Amino acid sequence: MRSIKDIQVGDCLPERRHAPTNVSLFLYNAAIWNAHRIHYDAGYTTEVEKHPAIVVDGPLQGDWLTQAVINWLGDDGDLIEFEYSNRRASYLGETLISGGRIEAVRPADLEAEISVFVKSEAGEIMTPGRATIRSRR
Amino acid sequence: MPWMNQKSVVPEFRRETGGRRDRDMGLIPDKARGMIGASDPPMRVEVSRREIIKYSIATEQRLKKFLDGDEAPPMFLFGALRPLVPVNELGPDGIATTSLLPDLPLKRVMAGGTKTRYFCRIKPGDVLVAVRTLSDIYEKRGSKGDLIFLVYTIDVRTETGERVAEEVQTRIVR
Repeated sequence: MRSIKDIQVGDCLPERRHAPTNVSLFLYNAAIWNAHRIHYDAGYTTEVEKHPAIVVDGPLQGDWLTQAVINWLGDDGDLIEFEYSNRRASYLGETLISGGRIEAVRPADLEAEISVFVKSEAGEIMTPGRATIRSRR
Repeated sequence: MPWMNQKSVVPEFRRETGGRRDRDMGLIPDKARGMIGASDPPMRVEVSRREIIKYSIATEQRLKKFLDGDEAPPMFLFGALRPLVPVNELGPDGIATTSLLPDLPLKRVMAGGTKTRYFCRIKPGDVLVAVRTLSDIYEKRGSKGDLIFLVYTIDVRTETGERVAEEVQTRIVR
């Protein structure tokens, strides 16, 4: 079991590749009850809203960032604060990579600060974020 | 609900998520500015195991507790608290035309980001009460054109008033 003493500034969270498909985006938008056409209607998306392709949901990328933290942390602690910002739109067909890095550790509070990111395969940060976790011990 | 009279901690928790804002560019109508501070009626949400499982599959969660629906992933709230409106109240873009979305000169809406503080885990059977407030509107000049930022604060509690989560959501209109 990981304790706060095992967490070091500079440690990196495991990276994960995400390749959303029409089917996975449909399921996501159905699950969150989102009918915005830029996530499933290619003609509308390119012709009316002038995107180059179907848009990958920003909040889905936010979810990937929480997973980067929680899958690393497991049941050794809690995610207590989280934020992300969709800086660049991502499109169907792109492969995206999520990950993170420990930026600060506060042993007295059993807390750590983590910077998280979704980046393109070329390394461009699409969705940066920040998480605070509290360890159980 | 007595807790609704308590002072929210959201304002002191809030932080701009859109970076530096520009001077008044005249994009935001007075009527829209007048909506700042308006809230939707409290939304009561019963959390079901099936909805948790659907969300967990759709987001390709890896932890068994999420895939089995024993606990909701943190961002489950984002979908669970979306307003349910009839089809004829959806705009031509598919977005609900009601619910604190002011009429603006720009029309294309995108998610901007969220900032959330979590106070407890969410389990199937929980009953949540959420209050959503349009807390700010501001404008910026982006590299590809003008942008309007809509900032919402969402206070999520149990029916007895215990805090579950506080969230600041930003929508970008371009």
